[in-house]
Amino acid sequence: MLWTAGIVAVVFYAMIPVVWLISLSLKTPATVGDKKFVPQDLTLENYTTLFEGGFDSPLLRPLITSVAIAIIATTIAVTLASFTAYAIARLDFPGKALILAGALAIAMFPPISVVGPLFDMWRTLGLYDTYPGLIIPYLTFALPLAIYTLVAFFREIPWELEQAAQVDGATPWQAFTKIILPLAAPGVFTAAILVFIFAWNDFVFAATLTSSDSSRTVPAAMAFFQGESQFTAPTGNIAAAAVLVTIPIIIFVLIFQRRIVAGLTAGAVKG
Amino acid sequence: MAAIKLHDVTKRYADGTEAVKQMNLEIDDGEFMILVGPSGCGKSTALRMIAGLEDISDGELTIGDRVVNNLSPRDRDIAMVFQNYALYPHMTVRENMGFALKLAKVPQDEIDKKVEEAARILDLSAHLDRKPANLSGGQRQRVAMGRAIVRDPQAFLMDEPLSNLDAKLRVQMRTEVSRLQRSLSTTTVYVTHDQTEAMTLGDRVAVMRSGVLQQVDTPRVLYRSPVNIFVAGFIGSPAMNFFAATISDGTLKLPFAEAPAPSGLDDEGDVIVGIRPEDFEDARFAPDHPGGVTFQAPVEVVESMGSEIYAYFSFQGGEVSSDELAELARDSGIAETPGAAAGLAVARLSPESDVREGQRARLWFDGAKLHLFNPATGANLRQDSGDQAIAAKATQEAVQAETKKPGDDDEEPGETESPPRDGEEPGETRSPPRHGEEPGETEPPPRDRGKDE
Repeated sequence: MLWTAGIVAVVFYAMIPVVWLISLSLKTPATVGDKKFVPQDLTLENYTTLFEGGFDSPLLRPLITSVAIAIIATTIAVTLASFTAYAIARLDFPGKALILAGALAIAMFPPISVVGPLFDMWRTLGLYDTYPGLIIPYLTFALPLAIYTLVAFFREIPWELEQAAQVDGATPWQAFTKIILPLAAPGVFTAAILVFIFAWNDFVFAATLTSSDSSRTVPAAMAFFQGESQFTAPTGNIAAAAVLVTIPIIIFVLIFQRRIVAGLTAGAVKG
Repeated sequence: MAAIKLHDVTKRYADGTEAVKQMNLEIDDGEFMILVGPSGCGKSTALRMIAGLEDISDGELTIGDRVVNNLSPRDRDIAMVFQNYALYPHMTVRENMGFALKLAKVPQDEIDKKVEEAARILDLSAHLDRKPANLSGGQRQRVAMGRAIVRDPQAFLMDEPLSNLDAKLRVQMRTEVSRLQRSLSTTTVYVTHDQTEAMTLGDRVAVMRSGVLQQVDTPRVLYRSPVNIFVAGFIGSPAMNFFAATISDGTLKLPFAEAPAPSGLDDEGDVIVGIRPEDFEDARFAPDHPGGVTFQAPVEVVESMGSEIYAYFSFQGGEVSSDELAELARDSGIAETPGAAAGLAVARLSPESDVREGQRARLWFDGAKLHLFNPATGANLRQDSGDQAIAAKATQEAVQAETKKPGDDDEEPGETESPPRDGEEPGETRSPPRHGEEPGETEPPPRDRGKDE
């Protein structure tokens, strides 16, 4: 009973801003400031205007950019991280502690402090306002996250399984891909979700390191929305874009949540 | 199938500790060899070196006629059964068993045939499409066996495969393993810490201690002619009793009795005498046996097992302490049994005996069956105390027993007290019952060091 009440309270607390956002996105420009929770005149205009003009619309191009960048960053990060994490979990090599400590240190670095230097560097290197220009810093911050997550999962997998595979005739690569990775799948998906969300939600890098729609992601693009006139704020549009930009994340999490099943390794060992 | 030969095989870790020291062992084609010893004796490490999961620091390992030192596990053509089975949890039983064949690119219909055949042998046919998580402990164990069988490898390596099963299943699977090995006659190396398993399963048993091979022989010879005090104390259950004694003027002075000194022994002075519990008897039921000695001793504890009685009697001033025995006591939990209390010895008496706790009893022991050990080295002073003289290079250092074909030992038959010899019906054989506990009830063994760093 107490639990239920607690859960309701937390969900309520968390959902209020989301519901408020949805409410805002459905209001007309005239009523957007009416301080009413339930919109008086329902309209979808805020959504439709976002896509007016097709490819040159305010949201379509950034949305594609966001999806592309997030997926590329996630793929690279998870691939690299699974190799790294495997090595860290399984092998003894000099500098192992250093790698882990370094990764943690980088993850704790405030992004805002590197964005300035990056801006200058990217301009010089020609990475400014390009996909790689965003993907690289995302990897920097997402890799430690993914490595830490995956190391924890790899450590859970009994080493005997891999040895059994070796004795069964598997090459190290086969043992990794056919035994370890399938078993670490929950970890891989967890890491993927974390990295994807990080890349998807980023505003600091996206706003600083891009200058045009050719590489601007949704969070950055939203900052450049314009109102209907000089004197109206694009509140409704921003709210609508914010709602839309949440949807892919929700879908992504829902899909992979099914894969994050605890206890996949149950039965490997005596149990 | 192939013979496995270890020549001076040594495992040395980076910090210099040696888990296995110059091990020499020849395992014949088709032989069932047991590596047994207390935890940390290096038996698992030795097995893992044969498997290729552990590097060989020194020495030479051959499987068949190939030196395999530098071959990876997958090129050695061996199958291994792990202590925790190591089944692939994301695969069905069928996939688990067929995995090795699939990797070897065997055609699918042949894989199916072999897997189904193995499943039939192991009584797993009904479970082929289930995942390991949905199987019982015994079934998982059989899947692990099946995974080894389908490959028809040069050798089976088993690392305490039964230690995770409960007592009843363990006895059952022991029979199963023995039957399987005999019908397949694949060379098998089997690691266990349980001397009962060692005695019942093996064609030959290799006893290890602290990385050093102590003695390799048939269970019968190990039991009757242990090469040193460690083997004597390890093999047999309840364990052999040890007493400090002295020999002078042809008399052996035990703490509780005096006996004529065994012939053929010139040494005078201190010795350690080992007497197996079954070589005692209630004096009333003692066989009419030359060399038998009757004595009186206070009985402290009597345990009636129905078919026999264990009487613990106390004696004074002859306690033996040696590193070997201390290690045994620590490892086997003997320390918790009454017999381990200083100054107590256990005697196995006829169930007819009416010895009572707290009373003095007239007991008897067979003076012809004494085991005498050098108190300094622990070596057996009478290697011929069995019915077969083994080369007595009995030192605490590596002992290389001559290789004997299994089954050709030439003892006279019909001695019921001795442990089973090979060739008896598997499963019906039983080593001297382990006192106070079912063979399977021992706790899961502590993992060998070096195995899970």
